[in-house]
Amino acid sequence: MKELEYPFDPALIMRRRRAIKKALLEDGSSRIKKRIAVLAGSTADDVVSVMELFLLDSGIEPEFYISDYNRFYEDAVFGSPELDAFRPEIVYIHTNWRNLAYMPQSPAETAERAEELLEAQRDYFRQIWTGIVQRYGCPVVQNNFDYPPYRRAGSFEGWSAAGTGAFTDRMNVFVSEYARHNNGFYVNDISFLSAAVGLRQWNDPEAWHLYKNAVSRAAVPELAFSVSNIIRSVYGRNKKVIALDLDNTLWGGVIGDDGQEGIELGQETAAGQAFQEVQDFLGGYRKMGVLLTVCSKNEEENALLGLNHPESRLRPDDFAAIKANWLPKDENISQTAQELGLLTESFVFADDNPAECEIVREQLPGTAVVNAETPDILMDRLTFGGWFEVTSLTEDDLKRNEQYAANAKRLSQKKRFESYGDYLLSLEMTAEIDSFQPVQLSRITQLVNKSNQFNLTTKRLTPAQTEQLGKSPEHIAICGRLSDKFGDSGIVSVVCGRIEGKSLHIELWLMSCRVLKRDMEYAMLDELVRRCRERGISELVGYYYRTAKNAMVSELYGSFGFERVSLSDSGDSVWRLDINGYKNKNHVIKIKEYSYGQE
Amino acid sequence: MDRNEVMERLSGVFRDVFGDSSITVTDSTTSDDIEDWDSIEHINLIGAVEDEFGMRFKMREVSGMKNVGEMADIVCQRGTR
Repeated sequence: MKELEYPFDPALIMRRRRAIKKALLEDGSSRIKKRIAVLAGSTADDVVSVMELFLLDSGIEPEFYISDYNRFYEDAVFGSPELDAFRPEIVYIHTNWRNLAYMPQSPAETAERAEELLEAQRDYFRQIWTGIVQRYGCPVVQNNFDYPPYRRAGSFEGWSAAGTGAFTDRMNVFVSEYARHNNGFYVNDISFLSAAVGLRQWNDPEAWHLYKNAVSRAAVPELAFSVSNIIRSVYGRNKKVIALDLDNTLWGGVIGDDGQEGIELGQETAAGQAFQEVQDFLGGYRKMGVLLTVCSKNEEENALLGLNHPESRLRPDDFAAIKANWLPKDENISQTAQELGLLTESFVFADDNPAECEIVREQLPGTAVVNAETPDILMDRLTFGGWFEVTSLTEDDLKRNEQYAANAKRLSQKKRFESYGDYLLSLEMTAEIDSFQPVQLSRITQLVNKSNQFNLTTKRLTPAQTEQLGKSPEHIAICGRLSDKFGDSGIVSVVCGRIEGKSLHIELWLMSCRVLKRDMEYAMLDELVRRCRERGISELVGYYYRTAKNAMVSELYGSFGFERVSLSDSGDSVWRLDINGYKNKNHVIKIKEYSYGQE
Repeated sequence: MDRNEVMERLSGVFRDVFGDSSITVTDSTTSDDIEDWDSIEHINLIGAVEDEFGMRFKMREVSGMKNVGEMADIVCQRGTR
C-alpha cells in the first residue's frame, strides 16, 4: 500500500491507522497467520498497532500478545500462563536505553565498577533470551540499544569506561555477538535507526513520562517498519531482483545521444562520481545474492557500450538479464521474471523517469518501484525500503549469481538438441538426495520459506522445526542437491512426509524454480519411494493446497501417476499412489552416493 | 485562530483517529460520548491533534481536559497552523 511504502508520512500513518487497517483487511489478498509476542520495557500498543499494518501489507496476518508494561523480564524468564497459552511463533523484545537498568550513574564510576555493571546487564538479557528459547523454541527479535540522549560530561561519555555512550556501545557489541552465534536470534538495529531519525526526534521524554512510550510518535512507524521487515524476511518475503534503468540512473546523460565519451561516469565530475558510487553500492547487492537486471529503453548495442565504459563498475556480465529495447518496461520486467523463473513481485525497479515508474506501478502492483531522481535517492530507498533485510546468508546466496549465469549457458545449449531428453542427458546432471544434515539446515529452512511456485502445501518452517523434522522418527524428510557440468545449484528440493501406519502423508514438497524441467522431481520421488519401501510403507498420500502462486503444480501428483481422491471447491486436492508396482522415473540424473553417509 | 474552524478541523481528526466518518464534536463532547475513546486511543488522539495544529499539550493538560471545548480553547491559544 502506498501509504506504507518508505518514505512514508509517520503522522498520517498514526492518525489514519484504523482506516489503513480496514483497507488492508478488505483488499482480498491471502496472508499467512503468525502469533507474535511483544515483550516490552515500555508501553507497546502504538508500536504494535503500526507493526500490524506493515505486516498485513507484506502478506502476514499477525496475532499479538503484548506483555504488561515492563513485565518483559518476568514473562521471558518465568513465563506466564497467558503467554504459554498463546504459543508464540516469534518473540519481539522491544527494549531501549530506558531499560538499561545497570547504566552507570556517573562517568566518575571506576572502570572496574563499570565492568561489573556491564556484566550484570549482559546477564539480565542473557536470561531473557535463554528463557524464551527454552520455553518457546521460537525466533527472537531483539532491539539493540539507542544512545541515551542526555549526558553529563560531553564526549567523555562516549569513550570513558563508565560513560553512557560507551556502555551502550559495549552492550551493542554483546547483542551482535550473541546474534552471530545463535541461529534464530535477530537484531533490530535501533542504534542505526535512531541515528538516522536523529536522537532529538527519536526521543520524546514527555511521552515517556506520560505514557511510558519508549520513542516519539513520529518514530513509532520507523521502529515498527524496521522490526516488521525482519519478521517479513524470516518468513521469506524478501525481494530478489533489482531491475535497473541505465540513462540517468546508472550514469549521467543518454548513451544513445551522448556516446560513450559523453556520458558522466567516473572521477572527473561530481555527477560522474555519484553514479560510480551507486554502481559500487549495487555491485555489493550482487555479491550477497540479489540479482541485477537491466530494463532500459535503448538499443542493446548502446546499452552494452555504456556498461563497457572504462569507468563503469557494473559490467554486462554482472546482470542476470539485459533488456534494452523499446517495449514497455512492465513487459520487459514480466519477461525477465519468466526467464529467471521468478515472480514480478520479487522485483524492485529503479528508474529516474517518473512516467516509467508510474507504468510499472500500475501494471505490476507487486513490484516495488523507486523513482531514482538522483543516485543518492536510489541508495537511500534501497537502504530504508526494507526489501533486502537479511536474516541469514547461506552459501547458496553467495553463489546465486553464478548459478543464474550457468542457467543462461544451459539455455543457450538447449537450442542445439533435437529432443529435450538429449539436452537433459547432455547436462550430465548429478543429484545427491539425503536426510537433513546439520550444515544444510539453514539453507533448507530458507528454501522452505521462500518457495512459492513449485510448492504443494506452502507449509513454512522455523529453523527449530526444520531440525526437528530432520530427526523425527515419524517422518521421512529428504533434501536434494543438483549439479551439472555448468555448476552446482545447491540444495533445490525438499520433501517431507509423516508416517501413519502403512501410509506416508506428504506434508511438504517443494523445489526451486531454478531447476524446473530437469526431472529433479522424479529423482526425489524415486528416493522417497525407496525409503518408504525400507520402512514397510505401501502407499503415498499427496496434498495440493492451492495458493495464488502455485498453480504450476496443481497436477504434479497426477503427472506422477497418483490417483486423485478428492478435489475441494477451493481447488485443494488429495492424491494417492500404491507404490508396490512403482518403477523409477528418473533416467537423466545420476544419483550420487551420500556424501554424509547413511543414517 | 478561528474557533469554529478549529472545531471543524478537530472533528476531522476525531473521524480519522476513531475511524468513524459520522463523528462531529462539540464543546461538550467527552470520552463517554465516543465508544472507542479509551486510554490508548487518547494517546493517539492527543498526538494527532498536536500534529494537526503544530503545537504540544502540556503534560498536565493531557489528562486534565474536561471536554473537547477545553481542548479547542488550548488549540486556539497555541496552535501554529
